[in-house]
Amino acid sequence: MASSDAPAPEVRAAARGVAPPGVPWRLVRYTLGRLTAVFITTVIGVYLTILIANMGGHVDEIRRATIRESLAISVGMAPEFQHLTPAERRQLVEELAAVQYKRLGLDQPFLIRSFRYLANALTLNLGRAEQLTSDSGSSQVRLILLERLAPTLLLTATSFLILFFVSLFVALGLSRRYGSFLDRLSVALAPLSAGPPWFYGIFLILIFAAVLRWLPFGGMVEAPPPPTPGAYFLSLMKHMILPVSSIVLSSLFIGIYSWRTFFLIYSTEDYVDMARAKGLPARAIEGRYILRPSLPFIVTSFALSVIGLWGGSIILEQVFNWPGLGRLFYQATQVFDTPIIVGNTIIYAYLLAITVFVLDFVYALVDPRIKVGAEGRWP
Amino acid sequence: MSGFKRSLHLLVQYPSAALGLAIILLLAALAIYAVLSMPLAEAVRLWRAGEGVWQDTPRNAAPAWLNGLRREKLPVTQVFDSRLQPESKTVHLLGDGLAEVRIVFPVDYRYDGFPQEVAVFVTARFQQARPHAAMYWITPDGREIPVADSSLRSTETFRLSQDARLTRRLRGQPAEVGLLADPNAPDLRPLKGIHQLVIDGLVFEEGADIDAKLVVYGQLHGWAGTDHQRRDITVALLWGTPIALLMGLAAAVGATLSTMLIAAIGAWYGGWVDGLIQRITELHLILPVLPILIMVGTLYNRSLVVIIGLFVLLSVFSGGIKTYRAMFLQVKASPYIEAARAYGASHLRIVFRYMVPRVLPVLLPQFVTLIPSFVFLEATLAVLGLGDPLLPTWGRVLWEAWGNGALFNGHYYWVLAPSALLLLTGLGFSMLGFTLDRVFNPRLRGM
Repeated sequence: MASSDAPAPEVRAAARGVAPPGVPWRLVRYTLGRLTAVFITTVIGVYLTILIANMGGHVDEIRRATIRESLAISVGMAPEFQHLTPAERRQLVEELAAVQYKRLGLDQPFLIRSFRYLANALTLNLGRAEQLTSDSGSSQVRLILLERLAPTLLLTATSFLILFFVSLFVALGLSRRYGSFLDRLSVALAPLSAGPPWFYGIFLILIFAAVLRWLPFGGMVEAPPPPTPGAYFLSLMKHMILPVSSIVLSSLFIGIYSWRTFFLIYSTEDYVDMARAKGLPARAIEGRYILRPSLPFIVTSFALSVIGLWGGSIILEQVFNWPGLGRLFYQATQVFDTPIIVGNTIIYAYLLAITVFVLDFVYALVDPRIKVGAEGRWP
Repeated sequence: MSGFKRSLHLLVQYPSAALGLAIILLLAALAIYAVLSMPLAEAVRLWRAGEGVWQDTPRNAAPAWLNGLRREKLPVTQVFDSRLQPESKTVHLLGDGLAEVRIVFPVDYRYDGFPQEVAVFVTARFQQARPHAAMYWITPDGREIPVADSSLRSTETFRLSQDARLTRRLRGQPAEVGLLADPNAPDLRPLKGIHQLVIDGLVFEEGADIDAKLVVYGQLHGWAGTDHQRRDITVALLWGTPIALLMGLAAAVGATLSTMLIAAIGAWYGGWVDGLIQRITELHLILPVLPILIMVGTLYNRSLVVIIGLFVLLSVFSGGIKTYRAMFLQVKASPYIEAARAYGASHLRIVFRYMVPRVLPVLLPQFVTLIPSFVFLEATLAVLGLGDPLLPTWGRVLWEAWGNGALFNGHYYWVLAPSALLLLTGLGFSMLGFTLDRVFNPRLRGM
């Protein structure tokens, strides 16, 4: 991943001509360092997830009981075992179960098994679901999860992008009009962000779907799906409006408030006054003296809020009937489909890890310390 | 104490803080009222809604105060019980154990809408011979409609609205419409006036008796309406308040204090301790906390205490540690810490007595803003169906409303009341928190 991602910023840094020689190498080293760190933390995180999921061997108990039960049924039903006494039959079930345990590795101590689970989880070899299947009919957990990944990514990526750029530009605009009515309004609205996305989703559904009947209650496309790609796209857009708006609404005001405060603090620095005194145009001051130095902090705060939003999107999907990972999670908890629950948790760990890594990478692009090499954050 | 008074005075000058404080006090008052008016065991019993607990309440009824906004008044539930109103029952002894029991319930109906349902619950006391009862409905204009005629078991329920034969007799209209409708009106509207339900019973034994209860279910009920299981939502809204506040407060205290202590220890000891704490913080970013909570809720335990406790445990190493650490590093360098070292204070003494108290006021705003996030966490888990199975909470009401298509079926009150309370809690605490932040953070003052 590092090799495919790294060249782009090198080229860009070189093309801009701001970087002294040796910078690309530093960027690559930083990226590789972060990648290793994120990988190690992901492995530990996934392992912890497995430990919690298997706490006290609960999951194994369930699996053992399931195996024994299905064997008992098949032995009881089979005509060739009719002549056996109940005791003999029970012994036969135990013998067959022992073979199954051995086959599934359930006879080994938990420590060894946990590492096997870890290896399986890391390679997304997540086994078979107990009840749920993918839309194509497979019960492979990996296929089920991959099928649901795309809608989740579509929803969250769209919301995050809108959230980032809208907050950024509105905050910049407000810091320019400090003290105006809009500015005070945004400060007054900031406490609204106390609610999670699904909470605003309920209100939006109430207004736009239940009362006004303008937009659909939920789902990703109309049923049946429109035949032409154009109509499909339009229907998708229509269904995305409410969920995306709820994510954006839930974090927009707090983002605007805190970033505007950041910009205000930076615009009172002496060098900004100096630039103003020199008569530089407002755009240049904003871009070069206010936005540029505050960008690393903005990226960090955005990263933290995105990480919080991943969790929130689970329920949002449930509220909006969005066929993504979150809704799958809910469905799996309803029928106690353990492999899917565990697999889903692991997928979320991966998504968080990728988010952290991507944002770290963006951070590296905007943080001058890494480019100029005063001090790298890692290693 | 004077310092506290002064900061309170300073706070009240900000309108948003005053409003936030007012909301919090209101919620606290509501919580105290809930605890005083009804013990938790009673609330749980009502909310679990066993047999007969909510027999006399309508299903999915909107709040009763809506009548104040409507021109056409909708009915509220009327209950008549011959055991509570002995004057409605007259007994004629015919000798030889034979007796005529006559129960008359006068229904004063003054509403513009029809009831939701009409039901009669009859209890009979007898040894061998089952009593017999015939029921008539007498309208204000004198029509007499036979409603039911049967011999009784010890308890007998006549759900008139679901009685197909009665519906046929009323020309296809269900009982709640057919019995009350004005036959001369061009459109369907209830006939106002005193309707009567007459139960003519006959008992055949010495000591045998009949009692009856008539319930004319309204379309509106109580302060908050009822849900699909006839439960009064007021119970959950009221008792949800202390649960939400207590949980938010306890979890926020747990989370901020533990996070702060760990940050303090890391900042003070430095070296590998600090490094380890930093690495764990990075690990925490990748740990999918909510999925893990859901997993634990599904596989192990759904008790609110366990789930919230686990959440606090998982959020000990949250992103907040970095902020606190930066503050503690500043505090660590200040001269009074050096003085403490000079007189030989132990490490832990310095951390607990000198560093933590110094940072506490700065943490107060974050602590206050954190409370609603825990209140919403409960609601979040409940919406996922992982709420505490016993406790009546706002989140559970929302979840049940959601699961039963409240918005789709137009039962807006069912969603709006708990959401409004959640929103109020969120707004109250975060308004106060934001203002505290501006007061305690000199850089933000005036911005």
